[in-house]
Amino acid sequence: MPSWGGMINGLMTLSGAWDKLRTDPVMRMLVASVAFYGMSTFEGPMMSIRAVNQLSHYTDWTIGHVHSGAMGWVGMISFGAIYCMVPWLWKRKELYSLKLVSWHFWLATIGIVLYITSMWVSGIMQGLMWRSYTSLGFLEYSFIESVEAMHPYYAIRALGGAFFVLGALVMVYNLIMTVKAQPKSKSAGLPALEAAE
Amino acid sequence: MFKHEVFEKNSILLTLGILIAVAIGGIVEIVPLFYLGSTIEKVEGVRPYTPLELAGRNIYIREGCYLCHSQMIRPLRDEVERYGPYSLAAESKYDHPFQWGSKRTGPDLARVGGKYSDAWHREHMINPRGIVPESVMPGYPFLAKALLSESNIAANDMSAHLRVNAMVGVPYTADMIKMAETDMKAQAGDPDSDEAEALKGRYGEKVNVRNFDGSPELTELDALIAYLQVLGTMVDFGLYKDKAPVEWQR
Repeated sequence: MPSWGGMINGLMTLSGAWDKLRTDPVMRMLVASVAFYGMSTFEGPMMSIRAVNQLSHYTDWTIGHVHSGAMGWVGMISFGAIYCMVPWLWKRKELYSLKLVSWHFWLATIGIVLYITSMWVSGIMQGLMWRSYTSLGFLEYSFIESVEAMHPYYAIRALGGAFFVLGALVMVYNLIMTVKAQPKSKSAGLPALEAAE
Repeated sequence: MFKHEVFEKNSILLTLGILIAVAIGGIVEIVPLFYLGSTIEKVEGVRPYTPLELAGRNIYIREGCYLCHSQMIRPLRDEVERYGPYSLAAESKYDHPFQWGSKRTGPDLARVGGKYSDAWHREHMINPRGIVPESVMPGYPFLAKALLSESNIAANDMSAHLRVNAMVGVPYTADMIKMAETDMKAQAGDPDSDEAEALKGRYGEKVNVRNFDGSPELTELDALIAYLQVLGTMVDFGLYKDKAPVEWQR
């Protein structure tokens, strides 16, 4: 309940300024992070229900869940905050490129979605394979068969992770260029402030 | 009416408020435990690890085995049929820290003891895909070469490890701590030696004494296999079979 209170509060803060989602990629990132937050904090308590946990525990579902929290919520909100704060700290008027922020947003979002959906599928599949019985009442799969079945999903997961890292690298480049950019000399007489290293 | 604004405008007050709210929740959950005699039911057969098994456990932790292997069989029909009788709290009461794990990239190991031969474990550690072609487990061939006497896990003084465990409540006697080095070597040596007899005197007749890794040196592989081979074997579930619900019986 407090989590969803926070999420709703976060989203409603945007009331009357929803157009910013189109025009401001940093804002888009922050909103996406709050959305992922809402999703993973719903998923967590749901997974603690015994009937769900019976299936989900020990599987990749847990891994997908924590990554939707770690990459979706913590990651996105951190990126958004960094994009916001770096220009402040180095006294730059704006970011080097909003277009690159947009690229980062989509790379990260697609990465997360690939990651968590593949983990959902593989997790639920693992859970079902471990407890499936043949008509004669024997366990249907050996453990190693469940390991083998995971292979394609681990490949998708790696791809999603790579997208996410790539997005972060785009951010690093963008920030370096932001810090490097000389502030347009409005304050022509004054020496420009050096970046704090 | 109570004004929430006071909290929202004063971060120190808000922090204090959060602290009090969280503390109430914590106290409600924790305090009852102080008044319970024990949260773990006593079970016959559970004993502290021998020095060699403890060294193996240290290696298990050092190599991060717990990241892919759980050691906790839940009381569910499929788990009991796949792995064996469900885990009892008492079975991990001498584990500091416990190794229940949270992910099964590999199978549960709570009852792996005695399930495979030492030779199987040996080969499997050196080259997992030599035994299970589809396995994704990394190989640990270096364990077979790492001498326990030079290992960062048991070097010089195994008794220090026992002493630390004793400090957190594992009932190692002064004798067990003093003889830790000798006991560690004896367990991977000749089963008929006097040292092996002394070891069994201290830890019980069921202790596995043999050359686990098949090589004359005392290696990390000896310790790890000794540990794996004792997992889940301390309690004799045959004793409980008749009284237990159907799911227990394999």
